[in-house]
Parts: sequence; C-alpha cells; structure tokens
Amino acid sequence: MSSQYDLQILQEIEDPTIRPKLIMGESTTYASLDNDVIGIIEGFTQKTSIVWYLMIGATLSVLTMLGGIVAYLIATGVGIWGNQSPVFWGWPIVNFVFWVGIAHAGTLISAILFLLKQDWRTSINRFAEAMTIFAVCCAGLFPGIHVGRMWVVYWLFPIPNQMEMWPNFRSPLLWDVFAVGTYATISLLFWYMGLIPDLATIRDRATTKLRQGLYAVFSMGWTGSSRHWHRYEKAYLILAGLATPLVLSVHTVVSFDFAVAQLPGWHTTIFPPYFVAGAIFSGFAMVNTLIIPIRSIFKLQHIVTLRHLEVMNKVILATGSMVGYAYAMEFFIAWYSGNPYERFVFENRAFGNYAWAYWTMVSCNVIFPQLFWIKKIRRSVPAMLCVCILVNVGMWFERFVITVSSLSRDFLPGSWNYFKPTVFDYLTFLGSFGLFFTLFLLFVRFLPMIAISEVKGILYKQNHTGH
Amino acid sequence: MDNNQNDLPHLGLLAEYETPEALLSASEKVRDGGYKRWDTHTPFPVHGIDEAMGIKPTILPWIVLGAGATGTCTALLLQWWSNAVAYPFLISGKPLFSWIPAFPITFELTVLFAGVTTLFAMLGLNRLPQLHHPLFEVKRFARATQDRFFLAIDSADPLFNDSSARALLEGTGASAIEEVPNMGASKTPPMWLLQIAVVLAFASFVPLGVIYSAWENTTDKPAWHFVWDMDFQESYRTGEKVPLFADGMAMRPEIPGTVATGELHQNTEYYAGKTADGSLIGTAPVAVDAALLARGQQRFAIYCTPCHGDAGYGDGIVQRRAQKLISIGGANGWVSPTNITTDAIGGQTDGQIFNSITEGVRTMPAYGSQIPVGDRWAIVLYVRALQRAANATIDDVPAANRGGL
Repeated sequence: MSSQYDLQILQEIEDPTIRPKLIMGESTTYASLDNDVIGIIEGFTQKTSIVWYLMIGATLSVLTMLGGIVAYLIATGVGIWGNQSPVFWGWPIVNFVFWVGIAHAGTLISAILFLLKQDWRTSINRFAEAMTIFAVCCAGLFPGIHVGRMWVVYWLFPIPNQMEMWPNFRSPLLWDVFAVGTYATISLLFWYMGLIPDLATIRDRATTKLRQGLYAVFSMGWTGSSRHWHRYEKAYLILAGLATPLVLSVHTVVSFDFAVAQLPGWHTTIFPPYFVAGAIFSGFAMVNTLIIPIRSIFKLQHIVTLRHLEVMNKVILATGSMVGYAYAMEFFIAWYSGNPYERFVFENRAFGNYAWAYWTMVSCNVIFPQLFWIKKIRRSVPAMLCVCILVNVGMWFERFVITVSSLSRDFLPGSWNYFKPTVFDYLTFLGSFGLFFTLFLLFVRFLPMIAISEVKGILYKQNHTGH
Repeated sequence: MDNNQNDLPHLGLLAEYETPEALLSASEKVRDGGYKRWDTHTPFPVHGIDEAMGIKPTILPWIVLGAGATGTCTALLLQWWSNAVAYPFLISGKPLFSWIPAFPITFELTVLFAGVTTLFAMLGLNRLPQLHHPLFEVKRFARATQDRFFLAIDSADPLFNDSSARALLEGTGASAIEEVPNMGASKTPPMWLLQIAVVLAFASFVPLGVIYSAWENTTDKPAWHFVWDMDFQESYRTGEKVPLFADGMAMRPEIPGTVATGELHQNTEYYAGKTADGSLIGTAPVAVDAALLARGQQRFAIYCTPCHGDAGYGDGIVQRRAQKLISIGGANGWVSPTNITTDAIGGQTDGQIFNSITEGVRTMPAYGSQIPVGDRWAIVLYVRALQRAANATIDDVPAANRGGL
C-alpha cells in the first residue's frame, strides 16, 4: 500500500529543514489535478469498472435485505429484535449513536479546521463530508424504525394535527430530532455548496451531452466569476462559523438522551464532552478506514498524502486519550459520589455480566490508539488501518456498554435481565452498512472525491510562498 | 438596451491569462480604466482580486443575521405557544415555559434558518442558477473552471469602445483575446418543455387536493387496516370457552379470600341490613335528618314511582298501563306492585325493606347494584314517611298548619 509519495514523505519527515508538501509531485498542475480527480469519474468504462459493478451489486443486495427487514418490522413490530424488558433501548439506539458519532468527522474537518486555517483539510474534506451525510442517513434510519408505530413517526415534528396535540419540547428525544435534522440539513448544504465549483469543472470537461447537461444543472451555471467567488467565500466562512457550534451541539444533545434520564450510569454531566470527543474519535477513524484503500485504488497518494493520514492519526490519539480519561473519570465520580447505585453500575460494567463488552471497548478505544505515540506505527499504512478498524469496533461497543449494561441492571433487581440480540438485530445493523456503502460507491462514481478548487488554491499557495 | 444588444456585433471581449498574477495586474488596469460592467473568472478564488477589481463587501452577513434572529424567535414562540398556551404540558410541576430547556431547540433552529439562508442568499445574490451565459459560447472559456484565468468586459458598459477596450486588454499581457459572440435574442425553451412544466405544475396540486378532500368529507366505509395484528389482536372474550385452563373458561375466578379495594364491608348492618349472624335488623343504622329524607324522596321518585306510584299505593304508571292491557285481555301473569303503605309492609322491619330493595322480591328486580347503599337507606326512611303519611290522623298535623287543610 506504500506508494513512492509515501516513501518520499518518510524520508523528508526525518529532515528538519524540509516540510513535506501538502500536494506532492513535481509535475502536479491545476490540469493534472483535474485529470487525477475528475478522470476517475470520466474513466469509468465497462472494462475498468467491473469491480465497481460487483461491489455495488453486493451493497445493493444488502440494502435490499435491509428493505425487506424494515418491511417485516413494520408489519410485525419491534418484537423481532431482542429489545425486551428492561432493555428497551437495544441495538437500534446503539447503532443510531454509532452512526451519528461517525457523522461528526466531516463537518468538523470542513468547519472547525477551516476556521483554524488548517490547509491540510482540503485534501480530505469532500470525502469526509460525504461520509458524514451517508452516516447521518444510516443514523436517521434507526430512530425512525424503532419507534414501534412508524406510520405516525411524523408525530416527532411539531405539525398542527387533528388531535390538537404538540410534542413535548422539554424532552431530549425531541431535541434530538431537531439537532440531527439540522445537522443533516446543514451538512448537506455545506457539502453541496463546496461541490458547485467542482461540478462546473466536470461540466466544462464533459465530452458527452448527457454528462454536460446533468452537471450543468447541478452546478447551476457557475462561471467562476470573482464577484461570485467573493460571496461564495463569505458564505463558506459563515457556514463554517455556524457549523462549528452545531457539530459540538449534535452529540451533546444525543448525550442528553441518556444524561437527562435518572438511570445510574447515564445520569452524569461528563456525557456531553465525552460523547463529542468520542464522536470525533470514531469519525476520524472511519475517514481513515475508508480513505486508505480509496487513495491507493484511485492513485490519489500525492493529494491525500501520508502526512494527511499522520495528522488524522494524531487527532485520533488525542481524542482517544480524552475518551480514555472520560472512562476513568466515570469510575472516579462513581466512587467519589458515594452513591451505592452509581458504584454498583460501574463495578458491574467492569466485572459484571457485560465485562466482555467493557474490556473489548477499553482495549479498542484506549489501549490500541496509544500505539500512535510510536512514529513507526503512526506512519505505517497497514498498521494505522488496523488500529482505525479496531477503533470503529470499540466505539460501537462503547455505545453498547452505555446503553445495554446500564439498562439491564436497573433499580429493581426483580426486573434484571440479560440482553440477547436476535438475528434481525444483526441483519439490520449489517443492512445499514449496505445503505452506507451503496451511497458511498455512488459518490465515488459520480462526484469528485477531492475538493478540486480548494486544492488548486492550496497548490497555488504552496508554489508561491516558498513553502 | 436589450433591443440594441441584439444588433451589436458582439457582447464583449474576453481575455485569457496564464497566471493569477497576470489577472490581478490586468484587473487593476481595467478597474482604473473606469469600467463598471466587467468580471474575472477563475478556477479558484484568487487572493487579492477583490481589491484589484474594487469589489465591495457583500451584504450576505446581514441577511444571515436576520435569518438567524428569525430562527431564534420562531423557536421560542413555537415552544412557548405550543407547550404553554395551545397544549399546556405540565411536567413534574415545572413552569409551563422556561428558558433553559428551550435552549437546545432555539439554538438548532437559529443555525438551521441561518445556514439555509446562507446558501440560498449566496445563490440569489449571485443570480444563480443561470444555466445559460453568453461566455459559455466561447470555447476556451471552459478552462475558466480548470486552469486558466479570464477577464471579460461587457460591451453594454457605457465606457465600452471596441478598439480602446481591445487596446487596454492587449496591454495587460493576455495570452488570448476573443470576442463573445452575439447569438441574438436568448433562446426560448421548446414548446414540449413548457407543456410538461404546465402539466407538472397542475399535478403538484393533486396530492394537496386529495388531502383537502379527505379532510373535508366524511365516509361510511370501514377504515383501511395496514397492520392487521395490531388492529385485530388475538384475545379471548369474557365467558369464552378456552382450552388453556382446567375449568375451560377464559375468565379467571377470583382467588378465594380476595377483596377488591374499598369493598371490605365488615359492617354488615349498614351494607346488608343484617346482623353478623344473618338476621335482618330492626332499625336503619343511619342518623335521620331532613336532608336524608329529601334524598330518599328524590331517589324514590327515580327508582320506585314507576311501579309503586308517587305515594306508594302501588299505582305507578307501569301498573296503570298493565291494568289497561288486562282490561283488553293482555298482560297475562302480571303481578301487581305492592301497596307499601299497608300494614303488611308497615309491619316489616327496616332491615326487611332494605333487603327487598337490595335483593328484589317476587317480580321486583334487585336494585342493590344500581342504588348505592346510602341511598337505599334513604329510600327505606322515605317509605316509612309514606306509611306514616298514608295512615295519618289530624293529630299528626301541627296545630299551626291545620287551618290550611
């Protein structure tokens, strides 16, 4: 998986007089960037894209299975899942929080790193934003289908109705509807706005009428006018400013779903920062998991360089350590509070009926990311891919531990129970990956994976500031 | 202006540059030349072009500020009105509206309104979408979104003069200068496109119309059942025969010794009119006063008068109807209601009368399940009053009232 560019960076990074370039390759020009990125879309012929067709065939099959399960679920009821007293929030909520968490990387990279003037973001922001939107789609699926009576799911929204009833605006679950809904909308708009100039580039390079017409409609007649760019850049800055507190608020509100409840193990004030750190942690790990194969398949190693991956790994290390701190702090507060129920819940987490899940979580989220302190591992593509996949697994288990271990041991020992997922729990979760990867493959096929106009700006800056 | 434009040989001049630096210096010259209707086109935003072209700051931030403030107010009004006014939502005795729990949704709607407005106001201020632009007719302009930097002066500019503008651009080191061809009046869309648009516009009202008509009209057709096992749940009716239990009944008997809440009637004298050993009691176990007698009179009027009559002579409307039927040969087997003022009833104890009301006697049904126990005692007392009244002498009337008789 190591390319010549990766090897070059490994040499340069040891020399303190050289700062590796963000966009590599001596012969990289604006036109060659277009060729490298848009060429992927233009180059899809039947011969080269057979793998793509096989892959989307597979993901579409999984997606179809998901459709079948959702139909069966609606016709039969949520009893097909393992949700059972007292664990009524089983896998559907675990999966929801898992996907929403992953969705945090995109907007964080686009908005917060933009405000912090981190130029390295431009190589991965489009990709991460796309991942964000697809993850939000998967996340939105679960609350929609686990409510039991899906045909009245519009009751979640404040719509005037014949019952003259309104939703309870004090409920964190309703805040969740607004937070996730706003986040999905703003992420989509932000993503689309970034795409407009690049779609115009595809339109102007198009050799067929169909492609030209299609991309012309979606690029809205963009001409690259400086008067337009002026408003566009202002709009981008404003959206980044709006999205920055938004991205922090979304997982905060998701954590309120738990923290506002009275259940020991949920009712803690550390949840909002802890959830946000975990979301960034899992999102960055997912970006790396996806972009490592993509950059090598489509030969984008000079745009998404080893340096980008290393910076991502450092963020994973930092947020992973925050998550580890939060785990430790939960135990400290449980002891320090002197609350016997709180103490019991945490003892039970580490040594009780879900100890296997707890220690899977701790090793994947706290122990393995610490390997990134070692330069060799942080800069080795196969090693970082392994750690990132483990982080994804660990973050799913984190949500499982929080949701299920607390619920299965509530205040009444008489109602204690052990949660057992059914085959439909597994298949629904698998189906959400079908949805995610179907959207992802369509993105790879039809849209530019790199924010070309932004990378061109970085290339210009790099060539004119003497790096 | 538009009429004139159709006659112009071209719509303006387009100059191409290799680098952003060349474009910047050219822009400064065009700006200083006093041109107003001109623009530059670049594949990425060029740093410093705003000053070089003299572009004024956009009003976009102010529009977004307005939208954000609208979002804040909308959210607060929505939460206050719906949960405190339209549908008061009392939770744990907390105030119907307070600021802190209103914060998350207020924040989200502020961001939502501001964010959506940012994109659409940016497009609106840029007059986008505009799918056709005269510059698209110039073949080399395709590179404006790829790797070249363009400057275009519109021939509609008041200062525009073909030769002087061309000379100005040539002096800026342009790698190419082209005329923007005048393709005549802008093309009108084809007829079939318009027809489809009209059909779609009308079709878009159909779903709304269907919803409106469903809302306006009532129907006597049964509801559609989408989820059968929720609408028609498998369950046993009371008294149905089931194979589940040894006794074959769906209804489970009470466990021996079970007493329902509020039904532990240990005071048998009051609740059954009997002593603990089962014999009927003599006097009503209640304190007699005018209010209780009035209550008895009222209850008697409701439950007893249809058969026993207003004064208890056994001549209620049901009895009179039965006598009519008997006179024409009907109402076979009719048992006349008792005259309760006779010595036969007057000689009964209070407990006996209470028991007759509660359990029924001969063809008179039991009223125990219909009349609460307190009211039954009130009726017993009123029956005693009727018996007294029916057998009264002048001595029973107070001396002061005898004159009115």
